Amino acid sequence: MNIADLFATHRRSLSVGFFILLIAFVLTFPLYGGIYRTDVLFTMLTYAILAVSWAMFSGTTGYMSLAPAAFFGTGIYVTALLQDYLPFPVIMVAAGVISFALAVVLGLVTLRLKGIYFTIFSFGLVVFMGNAINYVEADVLGRHGWYFNVVNQTVLFYTIVGLTVATVLAAYFIGRSRLGLAMRSIGGNEEAAEHVGIDTTRIKILTFAISAIFMGVAGVIVAPPLSYSNAGIAFSPVYSFIAVVAAVFGGMGHLAGPVIGAFVYGFLEEMLRVEFLIYFQLGFGIIIVLVILFLPSGIVGLVPMLRDKLGEVIAKLRKGGEGEQHANT
Amino acid sequence: MAEAERFLGLTLIGIFGGGIYGLMAVGLSLQIGVCRVLNVSHGEFVMLAAVLTFVFRQLGINPLLAPVFIGPLLFGLGFLLQITLFRGLKARAPSPAAFEGNALLAAFGLMYIMGNAARIEWGTVSLPSHYLTNSVPLLGVNIQLNVIVGFAIAAVLGIAVYLFLTRSRLGKAIRATAEDPATAGLMGVNTNIIMALCFGLGALLAGVAGTLISMRTDVNTGIGFNNTVIALVIVTLGGLGSVLGSYVAGIIIGIVSMMVAFFWESVLIVPAYYAILMILLLARPSGIFGKK
Repeated sequence: MNIADLFATHRRSLSVGFFILLIAFVLTFPLYGGIYRTDVLFTMLTYAILAVSWAMFSGTTGYMSLAPAAFFGTGIYVTALLQDYLPFPVIMVAAGVISFALAVVLGLVTLRLKGIYFTIFSFGLVVFMGNAINYVEADVLGRHGWYFNVVNQTVLFYTIVGLTVATVLAAYFIGRSRLGLAMRSIGGNEEAAEHVGIDTTRIKILTFAISAIFMGVAGVIVAPPLSYSNAGIAFSPVYSFIAVVAAVFGGMGHLAGPVIGAFVYGFLEEMLRVEFLIYFQLGFGIIIVLVILFLPSGIVGLVPMLRDKLGEVIAKLRKGGEGEQHANT
Repeated sequence: MAEAERFLGLTLIGIFGGGIYGLMAVGLSLQIGVCRVLNVSHGEFVMLAAVLTFVFRQLGINPLLAPVFIGPLLFGLGFLLQITLFRGLKARAPSPAAFEGNALLAAFGLMYIMGNAARIEWGTVSLPSHYLTNSVPLLGVNIQLNVIVGFAIAAVLGIAVYLFLTRSRLGKAIRATAEDPATAGLMGVNTNIIMALCFGLGALLAGVAGTLISMRTDVNTGIGFNNTVIALVIVTLGGLGSVLGSYVAGIIIGIVSMMVAFFWESVLIVPAYYAILMILLLARPSGIFGKK
């Protein structure tokens, strides 16, 4: 049995095996990676959660949400407000619930609107919350930002690994469920989906809210390492942009796309941040435009493309070989 | 008395400043309405023009003359972007909805590119090109001349664009393309050129707005994003494709920003925009002057 056949027949078990290996690698990383590299991996995982949960809703339904930063910031603020009163796991649950509720309200208000208005509105939420909280903090409460209690870095690392796995699994199972099918049909043609009997508004709100849970909880886990935060940091629109850019770069058609995109983005950002942050962002802008133009399925789309190309080349070589044999006889 | 005078002065500045916002939003409205591109890099064009105004100022060119150079430059840039990038996306997209999504993402990349390229070239320092800063009395309040001149230019351009869209043959073709590109194409309209013209025109209007803004406030390479936000709010508020709506909404936003700063707190200006926007979207999703 040659390798190509092996890949074809055992694809599923191979990808599960790869997934398990990857998790094992990430889980053992703090043992030999050192503190700095583990921190980088922490950031990469955070971006992966944002990108996967963004693609979960926006990638399938086609409604471009720019709200991730709003939910992420909500998570950070829930931590700031509750850290002295509740244990950490409870805060995570609280942030998830609050993000879910916030997304439901936002969805009820906006998801009946056309795509463009939804995008504008969702982005408005980020800017609105950031500025409004900034005002309440500075002028009503008279304080400037919040300091976070110290939480064991190793515990946080494993928590974010767990959340990443949970996000990916959720995206996987939602994708395979009736809900996922309904979402894809909304993305394909919303009117047709409605005629088939799908309650499109309900589906959109539900999945938007589910994706918000992961962003909110990610905010909680990321908060303690920040050690200090204010409205400007927590609700920075950059988090929305990263989610979108990483997911698009990686490719939204495949589960691995946003994860790979987020890993590459996070890694490069960290490597280039000190001296070349502007060049990095410039370069990434160019890459994004090129990817959208020439590689709509993202970098994971390269794999089948290269495989096909390779197959063609091999077929050609074989044919050439056969031709030679004919010539010999 | 002094309070009342200040109030009147702020209202006037709000109205005059709002005219420039309106100009900016008309450009975006053309890009969204005709080309179907939610151009989140619109503010970067404003920023580019504002910064270029400063550069031209260093070369000894009067800011009022700067649009003569910057306008065609930005028009060309917008035109090229539409016929290469966005037309390419349109040709590859399986459906109009898919195109809108991809175009938004491409505009996103563009925002990264333009903003950061400008930051590399000009840094993040303030690049002032204040002009006509002397005050003139108007209705008993002193207002800087650049504010009034800016409004006058914005208003004249707005009327010109309105007449162009409603009275000229080309304007008719543009409106037809916005309404139904496929049918317009069948009627003999070269929709690709029309869209490129509109994108270019949108960039040009953003450019003029940028120059006018740089005449009255400090600008730097980071102002693009804020202007995108303002333009988006105004377009939504005024209704897509309505020139009059954009100006009315621009003036509303201009007054609101001054009033919020006067009665309340300047950090609340942006939340106030969004509060208005949210209420309006819920009550009338197509904007004040938008078609149902």
